[in-house]
Amino acid sequence: MTKLDLSRRTVVGGLAATGVAMTAGTGSAQGAPVKVGELNSYSRMAAFAVPYRNGMQLAVEQINAAGGLAGLGGRPLEIIYRDDGATPGDAVRVAEELVTRENVTFIAGAFLSNVGLALADFANQKKVLYLATEPLTDALTMGSGNPFTFRVRPGTYMQTKMLVDAAKSKGVKRWAVVAPNYEYGQSAVAAFKRLMGAAVPGFEVVAEQFPALGRVDAGATVGALAQSRPDGIFNVLFGADLTAFVREGNTRGLFERRTVVSLLTGEPEYLLPLGDETPDGWIVTGYPPEQVDTHGHQAFVTAYKAKFNDTPRLGSVLGYVVPFMIRDMFNKSRSTDTAAMMEAFKGLTTQTVCGPVTMRAIDQQSTLGAWVGETTLKGKLPTMKNFRYVDGADVMFPEAEVRAARRT
Amino acid sequence: MDFSFFVIQALSGLASASALFVIASGLTIVFGVTRIVNFAHGSFYMLGAYMAVTIVPWLLEFDRSPTLFFVGVLASAMVVGVLGVIMEVVLLRRIYRVPELFQLLATFGVVLIVQDVVLKIWGPVDITGPRAPGMRHGVEILGQRFPAYELFLIFVGPAVLGALLLIMHKTRFGVLIRAATQDREMVGALGVNQAMLFTGTLFLGAFLAGLGGALQIPRLPANTGMDLSIITEAFVVTVIGGMGSVPGAFIAALIIKMLEAFGILIFPKITLVLVFLLMAVVLVVKPWGLMGKPEVASGRAVLPEGILNLKGFSRNETVVWVVLTLALLLVPILGDTYKVKVGIEIMVFALAAFSLNLLIGNGGIVSFGHAAYFGVGAYAAGLLVTGPLKAPMELALVAAPLAGGLAAALFGYFIVRLHGIYLAMLTLAFAQITYAIFFQWVEVTGGDNGVVGVWPSRWAATREVYFYVVAVLALTSIVALRHLFYTPFGYTLRAARDSANRADAIGIDVKTHRWLAFIVAGAAAGLAGGLYSFSKGSIDPTMISIAMSIDFLMMILTGGIQTVMGPLVGTAVFHSVKDFFMPLTDFWRFFLGVSIIAIVLIFPKGVVGALEGLRERMGRRAPSPTTPPAVARETA
Repeated sequence: MTKLDLSRRTVVGGLAATGVAMTAGTGSAQGAPVKVGELNSYSRMAAFAVPYRNGMQLAVEQINAAGGLAGLGGRPLEIIYRDDGATPGDAVRVAEELVTRENVTFIAGAFLSNVGLALADFANQKKVLYLATEPLTDALTMGSGNPFTFRVRPGTYMQTKMLVDAAKSKGVKRWAVVAPNYEYGQSAVAAFKRLMGAAVPGFEVVAEQFPALGRVDAGATVGALAQSRPDGIFNVLFGADLTAFVREGNTRGLFERRTVVSLLTGEPEYLLPLGDETPDGWIVTGYPPEQVDTHGHQAFVTAYKAKFNDTPRLGSVLGYVVPFMIRDMFNKSRSTDTAAMMEAFKGLTTQTVCGPVTMRAIDQQSTLGAWVGETTLKGKLPTMKNFRYVDGADVMFPEAEVRAARRT
Repeated sequence: MDFSFFVIQALSGLASASALFVIASGLTIVFGVTRIVNFAHGSFYMLGAYMAVTIVPWLLEFDRSPTLFFVGVLASAMVVGVLGVIMEVVLLRRIYRVPELFQLLATFGVVLIVQDVVLKIWGPVDITGPRAPGMRHGVEILGQRFPAYELFLIFVGPAVLGALLLIMHKTRFGVLIRAATQDREMVGALGVNQAMLFTGTLFLGAFLAGLGGALQIPRLPANTGMDLSIITEAFVVTVIGGMGSVPGAFIAALIIKMLEAFGILIFPKITLVLVFLLMAVVLVVKPWGLMGKPEVASGRAVLPEGILNLKGFSRNETVVWVVLTLALLLVPILGDTYKVKVGIEIMVFALAAFSLNLLIGNGGIVSFGHAAYFGVGAYAAGLLVTGPLKAPMELALVAAPLAGGLAAALFGYFIVRLHGIYLAMLTLAFAQITYAIFFQWVEVTGGDNGVVGVWPSRWAATREVYFYVVAVLALTSIVALRHLFYTPFGYTLRAARDSANRADAIGIDVKTHRWLAFIVAGAAAGLAGGLYSFSKGSIDPTMISIAMSIDFLMMILTGGIQTVMGPLVGTAVFHSVKDFFMPLTDFWRFFLGVSIIAIVLIFPKGVVGALEGLRERMGRRAPSPTTPPAVARETA
């Protein structure tokens, strides 16, 4: 197998790199590329996955222009993109193809949670490293977590906790919740009830609605929520469901004089389609690309705009961050051996355009955070105001809970 | 529940019902006349919305008037109507003579193509259309605000219904539509230009779908998931109302949306399954839908669409199949692990497809929900292994066919009482109900995340060994199923398919035989599902989804339902095509769709059907000098 070959090169590369490891950055990468297999729903979930791939391509370009993977003797990083068919069945087959035919060093990606979980289990079974970039489900790092699976994006619990931390001071007690009827929606609601219940005495949920994903009957749903006369609304709908819900709610006055807390709604993927109907003052998690000015973020935004003639989405920034994490991992592992890569990821800190991101060892969840703020319209452009970056490290599952969940 | 809320909720239900009816009416008309189960109807709906978010804002640039808004909406619907005509002329017209199921296959190809074309033209981001000028506001009703646009929508449905009834009863075109709905052959025999009639019908159908989509833009953003989100609902409406019945569709849409508006108050998660529950209940009670009539043709002896002449293997064929089997068995020795993986999948799907063809090709029982039994088998196996029992793989693989067979026995009991498209839709309804159960029962099934950790026993853990486990089980099952075709049981099923009445008259218990076939097929699919779950390592509801059922249909249709072995070839071809295009391009659905349509146009009897046709022609042209042709064909 090529693995032997790789490790021999790695030794040579490692020796060569010891001298120049951290000073690398001059000249472009050379040698055989180090392949990483990336699968995602580029076809079915194109709105998220294509900006994500753009972000990755930009980062890989920059990494290779700056000398490639110093830890592997300056070899260039190559990401091989594959459609995962948006079903676990297809995804596992494609992963197999990447591992056996393309000889990738490890696999990354997936957007849908069930695809991510299937890949994680595949990784566990085949002893392949899997870097889950986008799936949100908490199971990935908790109950179904395994030593081979690392997750980048803040999961459902983390994002919900960010919102609860931002909203609990309002002291609202009567809540209505609306969420798409699948795991993500159910978990978010469960986390919300649990965290809000602990933070606000007298907290109660007076109405719950779980429309089927992509098929919300907005009128009936808004009517059912309004009927319960809540003081606050927790929304987990996104995409077309969200737009329909917002329009209906705006016309019927559902959001007037109510605190609305909404998961992911600040992400440009979901916020931009709301257009001039963007409600003012919803507390959301998201990403305001043009306003973030820390950690050289605007340089990324400029480069992205120049290359793709489009503003970055949340997918873009996530996609941009990941290859740098991969680079740093290789620089630390100095090997493409799975065990070495796993060891390298644990506790690895990467400087990113969002700030430092550490891969927490205990649950193999990164501390990448998200921006929490309020929705608003700037001219005609929906965006966020009063936002701040919440470091993922502040909202992770307590270590005791992780230990209990992962001990199986 | 106070009165004002009741009124508002009812109005919401009416508005949604009205919108749904506009879409479903087109579907029911097209089905009534052409007998085509037009999957592309949802695509027309989506195109209507995309056209509208393109045309309407452009028009509103000139003047923000309600008139221009509706001009834009109608223009969008017209464009979509023209697209419907193009589909009819370019595609459907060529395949009216092929089995009805093939037309379904072709329209599904169109669905795949449109999905990627829309993605290419309009991009992946949802496009939010403008609100209707003059109808942005809410109207105060009993102290609650209700959107003016939805008040308007409430009247659109009845208006469209009125217009359609007028067309149906007062114009020649409408009279012909009604006549063709009642008896298509008779209309043709009377010298009516069917081509024109069908083209006109497709225009009307696509126009209504486009109108439905365009009218949605003030409520919904145009998005790439619209087609599939509406198509099943539209089908359900037409089936509950009675296929071909426009007033029936209206009543069905009303019932569904009213039940939904109030149902969600008691069961907040009901939207997932409500329509299918309702459809199942209606079909069990009223086999032809609320206002449908038994098909005239259902009592008539028509050339069946399945296996006609049952032939054994000729010597050459035996050689070919033995060689193929041996080649397959050599895959783990000669091929790489990925080939082994693909080989496993093809064998598993081949078994599922073969069992489906026992129903469709041999029994005339068209199932749109075969994934239900496949999925039940997969879940039974997966849950046994991962659940509290921690059973071994061997036990799970025994349980899988039992579970599949049990589910088939339960659902089949109701299903085999129906006929034709209604039967097909009931299979779909049961499949969706099964899907909803596994989707919703999170504590046991893990919901949509499914359950992971379904791996083979230690001795079969390597891919190669598991390949042979699958090979032994799948191939023996296929051989056993194939044997069934040749037994008296197989002949009885075909008799019941070709003429239920005559079969009944000579003392065959038609229902019981069909039920037994359903159970056998369900068990085989269940075994396939169990084998599949161990090859993937996980189970999740996509294994029961409509998409999976459609994949199975595609496989047997690609191979040809008129042949016994066709489904096996079809599975290999379909899977290979998909596997070929998926790594190649983001637009793999486009190429899959084009391949499907190409297969329909080039091989209207499926790949194997075409091969057999070719062989027969060759045989006729150049009869072997030693054996007379008749004898040759008998032994062939």
